[in-house]
Amino acid sequence: MGELVELTGLKDGQPVTCACALGNLTEFESVPVDRRVMVIGGGITGITAAIDLGNAGYQVMLVDRLPSVGGRMLQLSETFPTLDCAQCTLTPRTVESGQHPKVTLKTSCEVIGLEGEPGDFTVSLRQKVTYVDWNKCTGCGTCIQKCPSKGIALFERDAGRMTAIYTLSPQAVPNKPQIDPDRCRYLTKGKCGVCAKSCPVGAIDYKQQESFFAARVGAIIVATGFDIYDWKNKMPEYGGGKIPDVIDGLTMERYLSASGPTAGAMVRPSDGKEPKEIVFIQCVGSRNPEFHKAYCSRVCCMYTAKHARLYKHKVHDGQVYVFYIDIRSTGKGYEQFIQQSVSEEEIIYIRGRAARLYREGDKVMVQGADTLTGKKIEIAADMVVLAAAMVPNAGAQELADILGIECNADGFFIEDNYKLSPVETGRQGIYIAGCCQGIKDIADSSAQGSAAASKALVFLSTLRRQNQEAV
Amino acid sequence: MKYPYFPGCTLYTKAKKLDDAGRECSQKLGFELDELKDWTCCGATFPLVNDYHIAMSGPTRILADTKARGDDKLVTLCSVCFNVLKRTNHVMRNDEERRAKITDFIERDYHGEVEVLHYLQLLRDEIGFDTLREKVVKPLTGLKVACYYGCLLLRPVKEIGLDAMENPTIFEEFIRALGAEPVEFPYKVECCGAFQTVHSMTTATRCSHDILRSAKNSGADLVITTCPLCQFNLDDRQPEIQKSHTAFSAIPVLYFTQLLALALDLPAAGLGFERNLIDPLPLLKEKGIVS
Amino acid sequence: MKTVISRSQVKGDFVSKVAEISGENFFNCYQCGNCSAGCPSVDEMDLLPSQVVRYLQLGLVEEVKSCKSMWVCAACMMCHARCPKGVDISKIMEALRVLRLREVGAEAHIDVTDFSDDYLARAPQIAMISGYRKFLPL
Repeated sequence: MGELVELTGLKDGQPVTCACALGNLTEFESVPVDRRVMVIGGGITGITAAIDLGNAGYQVMLVDRLPSVGGRMLQLSETFPTLDCAQCTLTPRTVESGQHPKVTLKTSCEVIGLEGEPGDFTVSLRQKVTYVDWNKCTGCGTCIQKCPSKGIALFERDAGRMTAIYTLSPQAVPNKPQIDPDRCRYLTKGKCGVCAKSCPVGAIDYKQQESFFAARVGAIIVATGFDIYDWKNKMPEYGGGKIPDVIDGLTMERYLSASGPTAGAMVRPSDGKEPKEIVFIQCVGSRNPEFHKAYCSRVCCMYTAKHARLYKHKVHDGQVYVFYIDIRSTGKGYEQFIQQSVSEEEIIYIRGRAARLYREGDKVMVQGADTLTGKKIEIAADMVVLAAAMVPNAGAQELADILGIECNADGFFIEDNYKLSPVETGRQGIYIAGCCQGIKDIADSSAQGSAAASKALVFLSTLRRQNQEAV
Repeated sequence: MKYPYFPGCTLYTKAKKLDDAGRECSQKLGFELDELKDWTCCGATFPLVNDYHIAMSGPTRILADTKARGDDKLVTLCSVCFNVLKRTNHVMRNDEERRAKITDFIERDYHGEVEVLHYLQLLRDEIGFDTLREKVVKPLTGLKVACYYGCLLLRPVKEIGLDAMENPTIFEEFIRALGAEPVEFPYKVECCGAFQTVHSMTTATRCSHDILRSAKNSGADLVITTCPLCQFNLDDRQPEIQKSHTAFSAIPVLYFTQLLALALDLPAAGLGFERNLIDPLPLLKEKGIVS
Repeated sequence: MKTVISRSQVKGDFVSKVAEISGENFFNCYQCGNCSAGCPSVDEMDLLPSQVVRYLQLGLVEEVKSCKSMWVCAACMMCHARCPKGVDISKIMEALRVLRLREVGAEAHIDVTDFSDDYLARAPQIAMISGYRKFLPL
């Protein structure tokens, strides 16, 4: 059992004392508080920071509100500019974060409060209800195999289905399932109980309550990542999510992924046919200060070229069209990647925005313009992929309020100094890294994860030295 | 309830059926359209350059007359008049310099006090579509209607503010209240070619064809509009469209007030269907709406 | 063919006047082409709406003054409704028309005798008024 911590003012002003079935916090608390760091967000950035800190001998609590770590990168198919399999690259790191003796994973867990000072923060956390006792669960997966309730898979972004008791992905870390109470037959209708009956260790607990605990840490790294702009509700000109064969780039990743819902087969959502004419539209909801986001979403040029290329690897006789305004390929090897993609796959880049999409028969009509020839362009596409703007994950502002740091108007955390202290915040001991600070690719995200880890180390070791000198 | 009403030139002549039906329906719905006295043309285009003010003197005078009656609302039926009055009012409210120039010239005191309402907006915001549904005598069951908005009822959104630009719903809600079924069609906010019909008729023909084809593909039995110019283009361009697109079959284009009148069980004979180029009566009879 | 551009041309009188009376800053436009992609009248235009703005950015006024596009624009405002930078091209087109007409006087773009009696009997006044007004020097 972990330490029982009394927290006040969490629920209706009443003191709450909760035993949390979370495994052992003794190890985490075995070192002084100034040798403990919390990392909020278990994507590539947070994992990188956590492993770096753990390797440096610090105790790390890696918190994620989802049931397993890996973040967005785990949803990707292959990554630019090398076309490495994202899961193959990332899984060793997620596994390492799960097995690292210095890293304690707290998933399905949310930060709800912060007290204390830099060097000795007390973070309040809510352990969300999973309906599975993870201390008992062995991760055998029998429950998932037996569950009769299928529905939309969060991880697959509408592209696939999953059971009501689920892990986000087959290689989830931790490999412990949780139940979606909205889809579970037992929890919604009181009948079923298949998972409970099939679980060999009796880990299913339909009556599980949420619990609360606190962790004392010297520093905090925030790496809460990004989401995709809500184009379905905000961009009726692109069908508002009602045209099935119009999807966003992150969903395309799932279609292209060998471990995705189609096992990597390139099919379109409406009828499962292989799309022969495919249109990509860049700057969807980005670079649009009048109606959407003013900023450039920075990675879309690259991932669109990658999508185009991966599509062509699967559909040799398909034709790709990319509506673009400018191509931004400033990373190492990026420009070469774009140029190679265009010439080898004979991708037609059309310099202009597409103004509107609508469905006609089984086609998606694309109204665009090619400003280079001065022509208005119409394409009857089989499928359209939108490079929708990336936005900070939901709840960034609330977290900023809890932590006493700031967000800009777009919801990205504000760094102390964009150029000279890009991972530090206005508050000492709290660092930001990855897409929650501003949009960046995987390379930059992991660099920032390491940067934030080193800044936390510098802060805590400086503090310790000062304390020792004071003694 | 009495609302000051500005019919505009076209509704007095070429689009009389839009006007007649609107007035008759208002009585059935329990309000009165009280026509302004001595009204003039609104100018039919809002001046889009900053150094041309005289075109706003007409609409400003209309608005000032409404204010002088002691009224704070003005109802129109024509999309063009609505747009011109609404945009002029926006200038009167927000642009001190231009307001001073125009009101000094016409020697009237006006600061944008009047609210310009489209008839459709009046039905939504003042009467309520639920009330309208209750007042419907003959629901237009089984009729699939393409609600064509066009440009001037909606744009520019920041000044007009009637509904969303890309996917407005007011017209569909209205149609549902009448018991008919609105069809979603992609060209509902596209331009019909507007006044290009007198200068570049090919534009009007092509644009009208795009709209009508889109409506038909979506399963519409007929198209409705609020605008005499849209009605003219969409209706009168059809023979020309058929010449170049032999597969195209005609589709009636009605004013929304004509459908409203039918739902309120006003006699079809008085609704001016004889002025429609594409006769809607065979369809309306087939659907059992007109006997 | 070579086109020379210079400071005096980019900041020329005509361009400045268009900016002034339209109230639009051409340099807000980053040439994404969204206006052209959504414009219903492009088929009859010689320059795309975005190209009209481009020529104005470069100060190439002769091309703009002689373009057909400004006369074909029906001021449907779809360009403005979707412009990511809020540029109102319908105002720019009107400014171009107005300045052109002030320069050369009324242009006979419409001849009423071209219309059949039947057409005149049916065409609504608003079509005639707005159609004609577009070609009158204001």
